[in-house]
Amino acid sequence: MSAVDTSPVVRKTALNAVHRQMGAKMVEFNGWDMPVEYPASIGGGIVAEHMAVRTAVGIFDVSHMGDIRLAGPGALAAVQHISMNDASKLAIGQAQYSALLYPQGTFVDDVIVHRLGEDEYLLVINAGTREKDFNWVRDNTTQFDCNVEHLSDDFTQIAIQGPKAVDVLQKLTDADLSAVKFYWVTRGKFCGLDNILMGRTGYTAEDGFEIYIPSHEATSAHVWYSILDAGKEFGILPCGLGARNTLRLEGKLPLYGHEISDTINVWEAGLDRFCKMDKPEFIGRAALEKAKAEGVKKTLVGLEMVDRGIARDGYKVLDEAGREIGYVTSGSPAPFLKKNIALAYIPPEHSAVGSSVKVEIRGQGVGARVVPTPFYRRPKKA
Amino acid sequence: MAYPTDRKYTKEHEWITADGTVGITNHAQDSLGDIVFVELPKVGTEITGGRPFGTVESVKAVSDLNAPVSGTVTSVNEALATAPEQVNKDAHGAWMLKIKIKDPADMNGLLSAADYEKFVSEEGGH
Repeated sequence: MSAVDTSPVVRKTALNAVHRQMGAKMVEFNGWDMPVEYPASIGGGIVAEHMAVRTAVGIFDVSHMGDIRLAGPGALAAVQHISMNDASKLAIGQAQYSALLYPQGTFVDDVIVHRLGEDEYLLVINAGTREKDFNWVRDNTTQFDCNVEHLSDDFTQIAIQGPKAVDVLQKLTDADLSAVKFYWVTRGKFCGLDNILMGRTGYTAEDGFEIYIPSHEATSAHVWYSILDAGKEFGILPCGLGARNTLRLEGKLPLYGHEISDTINVWEAGLDRFCKMDKPEFIGRAALEKAKAEGVKKTLVGLEMVDRGIARDGYKVLDEAGREIGYVTSGSPAPFLKKNIALAYIPPEHSAVGSSVKVEIRGQGVGARVVPTPFYRRPKKA
Repeated sequence: MAYPTDRKYTKEHEWITADGTVGITNHAQDSLGDIVFVELPKVGTEITGGRPFGTVESVKAVSDLNAPVSGTVTSVNEALATAPEQVNKDAHGAWMLKIKIKDPADMNGLLSAADYEKFVSEEGGH
C-alpha cells in the first residue's frame, strides 16, 4: 500500500472515510489527503464533475481550507492593516475577496474576508498556507484590541456549486437562500443543525454556496450524504480537486503558488480592483505605490492554444522568434470551453489580446494567442 | 479486471501482442482519468524498448508512453488524435501503434497477464 496513507504528516478531513468509501482517487495536496476525482462508476471523472458544476450542481469537500477569526473592538482596524481590500465597506453578513500582503506588496495569501458581526471577521484562507497565515495575522495585529483565533480544525467546509446549488440547499435549510446575494452570508438551521453559516461564495466561477459545519465525522458524513440525496433530482455529483482546479482556471481565479506568491505583486497579478490604495495604510501599500510608479515587468495573461498541444504549469512561453519571455502558471484542457487554456506571466509588450506567442511543449514551440479573461463568465440569470 | 492473456505487459502499464500491436492498460487509463491527448510517432520511426515513444495526457497529467520492446512503427491509430477518449472506454481495444518487433525474444522479458495483475495489486493501485 502507498506509504502516504498512514504518514502522520498527511492530514485528513472529517470526510476522508466518506471519499474513500465512494471510491475517490486520493492525492496529497498541500499536506492533505484529498479526493482528486470520483470514479466513473458513480458518474465521476474530472470532465463529468466539471460539467456538473457548469450545468447543474456539484459538491466539494474543502475542509482543508483554513479559518481565522478576529473579534473585538479593534477587529476592523486589524483587518484593515493586514488586508488590501477595504473591509470598512462590509456590512454585517457581507464578504469580500482580498489578500494578505508582505511589506514588498507580494502575497502571503489570498483570502475571503467575511464580516460576521459588528466587530467580528472571519478570514477563509488556503490549505497550504494555514500556519503561515495564522502566524502572520497574529504577529501583525498585536497592537489592536482584538482576539485572533485559528478555527481551521473546527469546521468541515463544504462547497455546493452550480446553477442548481441554491435549489439543492433550499431543501435542507429554513434560511431564505434566494435572498442571499453573491458574496453575502446567512445563518440558519441546516440538516437539523442550528445556526449554520452559509456563504454565497465559491471557487468555480459559478453560483454556489460554502457552508461551515462542525468538523465532527458523523455529522460531516450525514450532511455530505444529505446534500447528495437532495441533489439527486438535479444531477448532483461529488467533485474532487481536479474539477475544482479546471473550474477556477476557466474563471481565472488565482491559485496560491501559481498566479500569486511571495514573489508576485498585486499589479503583476492584475488584482488591482481588490486593492484599495485609497486606504491610508495597510501592509504592502508603500511598496505597491512605488511599484505602480515603476510599472510592471510581467503581467498575467490568458492564453489559448492555437496549435495542437496542452500548456502545463511551469512550461516556458516564447515569442514568435522562439526567445523565452515568460512562463505558464496554470495550464489545462478546459472541459466546458473545450479548448486548451493557460494563465501565464509575460512582459506587457506581448500581452495585448490577439498577440501570438508560443508555449514550449517537450522542446517544441507550439502556437498560442493571448485571449480576453476570464475565459469563462457565467451567464446572467434571465 | 481480467487482463487479456493474448498479450504481454510492462511495469509502465503498456501492453503488446505477439504481432506487435501496442497500447496502454486498463489500469493506466483508470489512473490517468479523462484522456484528452495522445501524441504518437510517425510510421517508420524506430522505437527502443523501455524508452518513451510518445505521450498521453489526461486533464490533469502528462505521461510518457514507453516502448515495451524495440521495433519499427508500421502503423499508427490516427483515430486517437480526434477521439483520445477511446482509450478510457476500451484500453485493451484502443491500440496506439503497430510495430515490427526487432527481436521477438525481447517479449520474454515482459509480464504475463497474471503477473501484471499481481504487480498492479501489489503497487497499491488507485
